[in-house]
Amino acid sequence: MTELLHPRPADPAMPAIKGHLPVLLPVRPPRPVTAAELFTPGTALLLLVLLAWFSVGPVVAQAAGETRTPVALLLLKWTPVLAEGFAFNILISILSMLAGTVLGVGLGVLQVSPNRLLARLAWVVTQFFRNSPWLVLLFYCILLIPFELEILGTTVPFPGWIKAVIGLSLPVMAYMSEFMRGAIQSIPSGQWESAASLGFTRRQTMIEVILPQTVTRVLPSWMNLYAVLTMATPIVSIVGVNEVMALTRAALSSESRTDLLIPMYLYILGWFFLYCYPISRLTRRLERKYAVKL
Amino acid sequence: MTWTPDKPIISIKDVRKSFGAVEVLKGVSLDVMKGEVICIIGPSGSGKSTLIRCINALNDIQSGSITVEGQEVHDPKLDKLELRKKVGMVFQQYNLFPHKTALQNVMMAPVKVLRQPKAEVEARARALLRKVRLEGKENSYPGELSGGQQQRVAIARSLAMNPDVMLFDEVTAALDPETVKEVLVTIRDLAAEGMTCVLVTHEMGFAREIADHVYFTDRGVIVEHAPPREFFEHPKDPRTRAFLSQVL
Ligand SMILES: Nc1ncnc2c1ncn2[C@@H]1O[C@H](COP(=O)(O)OP(=O)(O)OP(=O)(O)O)[C@@H](O)[C@H]1O
Ligand SMILES: [Mg+2]
Repeated sequence: MTELLHPRPADPAMPAIKGHLPVLLPVRPPRPVTAAELFTPGTALLLLVLLAWFSVGPVVAQAAGETRTPVALLLLKWTPVLAEGFAFNILISILSMLAGTVLGVGLGVLQVSPNRLLARLAWVVTQFFRNSPWLVLLFYCILLIPFELEILGTTVPFPGWIKAVIGLSLPVMAYMSEFMRGAIQSIPSGQWESAASLGFTRRQTMIEVILPQTVTRVLPSWMNLYAVLTMATPIVSIVGVNEVMALTRAALSSESRTDLLIPMYLYILGWFFLYCYPISRLTRRLERKYAVKL
Repeated sequence: MTWTPDKPIISIKDVRKSFGAVEVLKGVSLDVMKGEVICIIGPSGSGKSTLIRCINALNDIQSGSITVEGQEVHDPKLDKLELRKKVGMVFQQYNLFPHKTALQNVMMAPVKVLRQPKAEVEARARALLRKVRLEGKENSYPGELSGGQQQRVAIARSLAMNPDVMLFDEVTAALDPETVKEVLVTIRDLAAEGMTCVLVTHEMGFAREIADHVYFTDRGVIVEHAPPREFFEHPKDPRTRAFLSQVL
């Protein structure tokens, strides 16, 4: 199978598969644990049970005792504030995903450039950002990016959330770069050759022939990366962004109720779960779909 | 030095080609006149594919010369696009673009590379698909077509560039026996219209029927060449005889 994915132009040992394009054979690079594997119906159920237990349980227990606002009501009370913070998490995840994807596609294409120096450089950048802790990258963005910048006489402010977007887009870029490199290299050399024989330049081949074929190959990994990124967004609270975890902490300290601690964090966990779980399911579906079709 | 049709349209002189330390072509020469059909046969690994890939500069060469319509193919200053407009190539594995329909596959190069008007190209592409007997398959994706159908789309796609020469590299080798014929018929039609064709093939019957000249290669050299009748009935070299006795 590997021979068919990377056909050597003239290998007499290469079996001729009748009626099948080598292009259409499955390409499934092994991957570490995916978000989809973490999120199973089992974990979902566990989470719901826990949430129910902690928010309703104390109400029942305290029914006879002194009158304290039930935990469930407190959660309800804080929901609008927390929801606003959560929206911020989503916004940051979407923006950094977009920026990281655009940059990553470019970097991935550079990684396979025939210009050795350029390819090497792109590889180094990719490896650097892929192997740095996200938190550290975020710290560097806070330290290195000024809070405002003079561009053509106008002062452009760089609030914390923009720094957060930049900081998170760097690892996304690096992962995307690797996905793209893998996908581009998994396209049979026959595609390059037939395009060349039709007069396509390298650049035209890349844009018209190769990149469109990488979309379905990269999509599942890309979506998985998005789910992971979304779950990582709470770390941007260190930049002073009022995202959901920062607000949760604020809410907890203003209520100063120890029995609220676990239910409220569980509550937020539930939100992330509800947002990420469908994405993970869809990723799995796409993975299966393309695995069968390809 | 302008080319005129009385001179060979493809002229290969003493071409040597190595992959690393392995010399694959060890001084190959052959001429093809306009409108001629030549077949190259020979055992696996003898350098047939390498030779025809050199004609459209998909492979480079170490020494010797290849000209197409008088123009040196391995001139570093060569305009590759000019060469590839003249020389079409069809591959064993079809190599269609799987994300495009049959019609789009045929239209892509004239539109994107030659920047010809889309409407005009589309009309021509439809006519070409009709010519390779694929009417009604315009909107099918390669994955939905049989091997023989895909190969005929690939032929139409090459023809859309209006080449003067067509190279076929074992274009039926990956096909089911039943579909081999439909592709061969397409090539025969082309040859009958006067297209200059260079075919690498294992279909001896077809080579005999269609070729003006047959070349037999073995281990990087042309061992023997002759018109088909003479070649198949009175092979001179023992290596040719041994090969023919195996495949016939
Ligand atoms: N890109 C390459 N790199 C290294 N060696 C190659 C390459 N392409 C071909 N070869 C070698 O060159 C030799 C000739 O190959 P070629 O494909 O021209 O043979 P062929 O006559 O077309 O064989 P077949 O009938 O199997 O297609 C073989 O030994 C092959 O392994
Ligand atoms: Mg070959």
